[in-house]
Amino acid sequence: MLDALGRPQSLLLLGGTSEIALALAQRYLETGPLRVVLAARPSAAREEAQSLLAGLGADVEVVDFDARDTAAHRRVIDQAFAAGDVDVALVAFGVLGDEERAWQDHEAAVELASTNYVGAVSVGVLLAEPMRKQGHGVIVALSSVAGERVRRSNFVYGSTKAGMDGFYLGLGEALVADGVHVLVVRPGFVRTKMTAGRKAMPLSVSAAEVAEAIVEAVAERRDLIWVPPALRVVMSGLRHVPRAVFRRLPI
Amino acid sequence: VIHLTADPEAVARAVRRAGERGVLVRGLGRSYGDAAQNAGGVVVLLDREQQVSLDAASGTVYVDAGVSLDRLIRELLPRGFFVPVTPGTRFVTVGGAIAADIHGKNHHVEGSFGHHVLEMTLVTADGQTRVLTPESDPELFWATVGGMGLTGVITSARVRVRPVETAYIRMDTERTSNLAELLDLMRRTDDDYTYSVAWIDLLAKGSSLGRSVLTRGEHAAMADLPERTRHRSLELGARQRLRAPGWAPDQLMNHWSVKAFNEVWFRKAPRSRQGEITSLAGFFHPLDGVADWNRLYGRSGLVQYQFVVPPDAVGALEEAVRRIADAGHASFLAVLKRFGPGNSGLLSFPQAGWTLALDLPAAPSLAPLLDALDALVLEAGGRVYLAKDARTRPETLHKMYPRFEEFENVRHQVDPDGVFVSDLARRLAL
Repeated sequence: MLDALGRPQSLLLLGGTSEIALALAQRYLETGPLRVVLAARPSAAREEAQSLLAGLGADVEVVDFDARDTAAHRRVIDQAFAAGDVDVALVAFGVLGDEERAWQDHEAAVELASTNYVGAVSVGVLLAEPMRKQGHGVIVALSSVAGERVRRSNFVYGSTKAGMDGFYLGLGEALVADGVHVLVVRPGFVRTKMTAGRKAMPLSVSAAEVAEAIVEAVAERRDLIWVPPALRVVMSGLRHVPRAVFRRLPI
Repeated sequence: VIHLTADPEAVARAVRRAGERGVLVRGLGRSYGDAAQNAGGVVVLLDREQQVSLDAASGTVYVDAGVSLDRLIRELLPRGFFVPVTPGTRFVTVGGAIAADIHGKNHHVEGSFGHHVLEMTLVTADGQTRVLTPESDPELFWATVGGMGLTGVITSARVRVRPVETAYIRMDTERTSNLAELLDLMRRTDDDYTYSVAWIDLLAKGSSLGRSVLTRGEHAAMADLPERTRHRSLELGARQRLRAPGWAPDQLMNHWSVKAFNEVWFRKAPRSRQGEITSLAGFFHPLDGVADWNRLYGRSGLVQYQFVVPPDAVGALEEAVRRIADAGHASFLAVLKRFGPGNSGLLSFPQAGWTLALDLPAAPSLAPLLDALDALVLEAGGRVYLAKDARTRPETLHKMYPRFEEFENVRHQVDPDGVFVSDLARRLAL
């Protein structure tokens, strides 16, 4: 159960090697013991993540998970809930790819769409079932400001995030009566390995800062946050910029 | 959530039909934490307009478990009786009072609610209705007193009541300028009074650390009342005069606003006043006068922390007060009380010593302070109160209650499949 200060006893990380996912687990481990289910593809990175969290005192369980293999997702979710209630589930997987290749290379575009959107919808629907049954729990979906107003420079990625963002906001509304809470997180530019080598945008944040924001939002039962919060105002402005102007902006 | 009469048969049917997420009975839902929640499962609410039958000759009342202390007091007072124990609110049910083994300002001399229960009816997981007395089935009786509803559904009880002449209290007030002075005063003179409690300012530091207002009282006799009050000597006269607004800004209860309130409240208390006549409701239930006061804490809400440490663990108590004061969280008037000996309740909270209760605005940043206080309390041989807990850890709690294993054994016998469950039980691995 989540306690009154928003601390979970169990955490499911879908995309368990993502830096934000690990930062969140580490942040929760600072305040007490935690059972963590790491769902990710078998890899050296997953092993590292496992030993990192185990070293911090977590009770870690590993589940094989491939975001694009939607046929296997039911088994993944079943396994994740087998040992008991899941208090917080983080949907943290996603790929960015090369923006210019993404809209010209069919295979790259389909990979982005099937990981970031289809995969996210697939696990969202499946997570809702056991969460409704247990009558409590938080689903945290990592969206992006890139999906809030899709721009020319990364519109394939942006469109996938726009889709998953809308799906999880809607899922949150649908689950209100069941006691299940959905939090959509829209970070700006996060300095991680996914964005390594790219020029950092203004208002960029670290994975640890995103994790901190999630911890607070879960405790306050918010359903939509921007990280950093100032992006909310920026994005609100950008949403209303006419297309003719928007396409000329250097973003 | 299902509503039921207090008919044991209807309750038994609901219990037999419980699904895999189990069943739990809820009184008026005034526990501060998750004691009366059952996520994904069934929550049973008992009808509140059930019977109250007073046997004035023996000084006992037979009452259905869904009846609130508010209603019980209103039935008893005109006939010259009062409840044996009342907490800081009348809005709890008799069933809840037993399940949490509540205490009041008279604990140091008269014990907790469970002391005054002569008999109760319990519907257990097998659908059986059992009548328990401390003599007939001491194990299950004392697992149920303080058992947080995890042994079954209490449907009725016979409770000892106290005769009173009036609905008023004769109150003495004393202000003390620090904690040491307060503890000394309580140790020396508490036993001269039936009721005693101190309100303590946890935002005062330095030489004023723990400054407090100690109020103590006795039921007033008819002769104590002024002439003009005598014709309504047995009227409770409690009305809700204020209601908190439906919404409050998150930061309303901050360090500065609470500090200012505590300052005013301390200054306005008399340095010393004897024999003031005050209403029962004003003396016991000041917050009941403000409906929905908890909303003042905004959407994040509040956490209440209450612990008890043994009589000689004054060092731990002082250390706790110092840490709370130093942390600077906006702690509204805290309550300090001296407990008398505990009872046989396996998970019953009160034990001889000092108990401190405080409200704090909920925030993740509170966790380190409260975890540190848990460790301090445990080390001193004390414990936290389940009815108020919303954040302690299972391993800590199990150590705080030395009879925890006995409780689990009784529970496994009477409910082997774990039909009765609550979010509190899930969180604390009960």
